[in-house]
Order: sequence, then structure tokens, then C-alpha cells
Amino acid sequence: MKVRLRNPDREVEVAGPRTVRDVLADLGINPDTVLVIRGRALVTREERLSDGDDIEIRPVISGGSGPGGTARPPEGSP
Amino acid sequence: MRCRRCRGAAVIEVRRHNAAFCGDCFERHVREQVKRAIRDHAMLEPDDRVLVAVSGGKDSLGLWDLLLGLGYRASGLYLGLGIGEYSTRSGDVVRAFAGERGAELIEVDLRRDYGYDIPTAGRKGSRSTCAVCGLSKRYVFNRAALEGGFDVVATGHNLDDEAATLLGNTLRWQTEYIARQFPVLAEREGMVRKVKPLYRLSELETAAYAFIRGIEYVVEECPLVAGNTQLRYKEVMNALEATSVGTKTQFLLGYVERAAPLFRDGDGPPVELTPCERCGQPTTARFCAFCRARAQVLGERLGPAERDPGTERQTAEEMSSEVLPAELYGAGRAG
Repeated sequence: MKVRLRNPDREVEVAGPRTVRDVLADLGINPDTVLVIRGRALVTREERLSDGDDIEIRPVISGGSGPGGTARPPEGSP
Repeated sequence: MRCRRCRGAAVIEVRRHNAAFCGDCFERHVREQVKRAIRDHAMLEPDDRVLVAVSGGKDSLGLWDLLLGLGYRASGLYLGLGIGEYSTRSGDVVRAFAGERGAELIEVDLRRDYGYDIPTAGRKGSRSTCAVCGLSKRYVFNRAALEGGFDVVATGHNLDDEAATLLGNTLRWQTEYIARQFPVLAEREGMVRKVKPLYRLSELETAAYAFIRGIEYVVEECPLVAGNTQLRYKEVMNALEATSVGTKTQFLLGYVERAAPLFRDGDGPPVELTPCERCGQPTTARFCAFCRARAQVLGERLGPAERDPGTERQTAEEMSSEVLPAELYGAGRAG
């Protein structure tokens, strides 16, 4: 199956049939950090993927802004 | 895998709730979490005019969609950061979203309205790119809300954003910042109320909601965000979550529900605010941090003796790096 990865965009070929869980494990991806999309629908990690499937693995993590990305400004900060 | 509510085929699993949902039931789950957040913290009144800070990312557009669906008078605010094609794409996505729903969209452009863009500020100023970006966002949010007569600014901070922020502040024991991390910040003179209705939802949930709702959002990362520390904190939290499900939720919601009052009680009297001599926005100094940063980038002088480290509460403003997830304004990944 064709698996499209994002950020940066790239495509890898993965042999099926395999579960989403196994595909993510092989790619070293934490399942809680991505959406897995087959065609135009989300699939859960138990779903079995076949050789003919087009899969997108889309990250869900947003970046932060600010040095350290941790500080909370006081209310007086504009 | 079956939906917990209707027993139909599930499309998304939420491990910390030990549940899976079909698309319709997942939308309902998300709405219930947002309604609970709003209710628990009295974030919004039915007649409030809400200004939603939108970046083109999943969180902010999802939030706007949710608030409109719940019947709130929610307008969008988009800040053009001038980050090349990335900002162009973000603006296009936001305009399309607003147009499809007939929602009001207010646009501010840093280059057009303030004379600089984020890449330039990162090169010419003393702050990091992400720091000046965050400072610019905070300033524009508040100013646009005041000038537009809005009651409240809503931002798309999700559970992961807030947990990462709390982790970073805790690792450094930045108690002043911890004390002010909360899903709602009350209005003060010159400062509108700020709320985070998505704080009970993980990034996985907000991304799934946007996808299921058919919301087109910018998935690409901001080209300037590489190496951001908050991303590393998120990776740490996700590693913990992988082996101990619910850790992020317990950390953040435990803080909000039990620990936050302890930090607030020890935070001392409120900081006194006065109008910035340049722009009139509230500040603890003669000139606000935004005007100082902007003047530095533009090579302008604000006035003689513009800095007085002896009396100015420099640390609070200079060190502040509000973590509007970069997603919010196109300065982050997967937004």
C-alpha cells in the first residue's frame, strides 16, 4: 500500500495486509500523535489495511511559540 | 472497534476515555467537552461578542466552527504574519472558512498595519522569531478585540498545548506564570477576557474533529518553528502517555481543578497597569513590550530614557512567551 507521510511530505510503500497499529509501529510513530486516513475516512488502529489502500498519516501536533515555549505572560503583558 | 454510544463502526479511538466513537457520536463528544469547559469556568455568556483568533489550523478553525454551532456570536480574527507561502495559504484557508459560513472575519496584517513581518523581526530584533511572534499575537488580539467592541477573545489552546506549557513552567518553577495559566483570564482595565474552550480536548481530538467536520486546515508546519521547546515538552508528554494513558489529562485537569488556587493565593497583589505612552495599551512599563520590540525592528526611538530597568517590571514582559500554539497563527506545525 502507498502511505503518505506529512511534514515533510513523502511517500513510502508498505506491504499488506496489516493493521494500522502494526504499520505505525514499523514506522516508529506514536498512534496518539497522528490521524490515519484511508481514502477520505479516518480509521482506528485495529483496522486492517490492504495492499491496494491509499493511506495518509497526518500529524496532529502543533508547534509552540516563544523561547522555551513555556512562560505565561502576566495579565499586564500586551 | 465499535462506537461506545451507538455501537456503530468507530472511526476514532480516545484512549484516555477508554472509548471509541463513530463520526456523529465523536462530534457530540467534542461539543459536550466544549460546553462543559464553557460552563465550568463561566467562559461565555449567550450574548457575548466573541473574537476567535484563527490561524488556519485545526484548533482555531475547529473552535470557530464549534462556537458558531453552539449559537455564539463568534467572529474571526486573522493576523497575517508575512511568513511567505505559508501565511498566504493560511489566509486563504481562513477566508474560505469564513466565506462558506457567512461569518465575519477581521484581518490584521503585520506588514501593512505595523510595518514589519515575523521573518524580518526575527532577524532584526533581539527576541527569537517565536517570541516576537507570540508577543505580536497577544498585542493584536487584545487591541483588535477592544477596538471592535468584543467581550472576549477565544483561542484554540488544547489539552496538549496547556499540558506542555504547564510542564515547562513547572520544570522551571515559574510560579508567577503558573498562577496565571487557567482556562479563563478575567477582563481588566484595557484587557479583554480570554478563554480557552478546547482545554479539555487533546490534539488528536481537535484534529479528528476538524477532519470529520470537513474543515480544510493547514497541515504544514511553520518553516520557522524548528527546534521549538514546547514541541519537545509535547514529545515528553506523549511518551509518558504512551505507557501511562491519562497522564496528560491528570496533569492538566488536576492542576486546573485542585492546584491552581494554591498558586493564585500566593501570587501577591495584582500588577498595576498603565497605558503605553506610544499606543495606549496596558503595560507595566512606560512603553509596552510590543512597542519596544517594534521600535527595535524598525530602528525607531521611542523617546529618551525609554528603558528604566530600576523601575520597570521588565522580566514579566520580556520573559513572557505566551504559548499561543504556533498553530494558532500559522507559526506552528500541523496547524
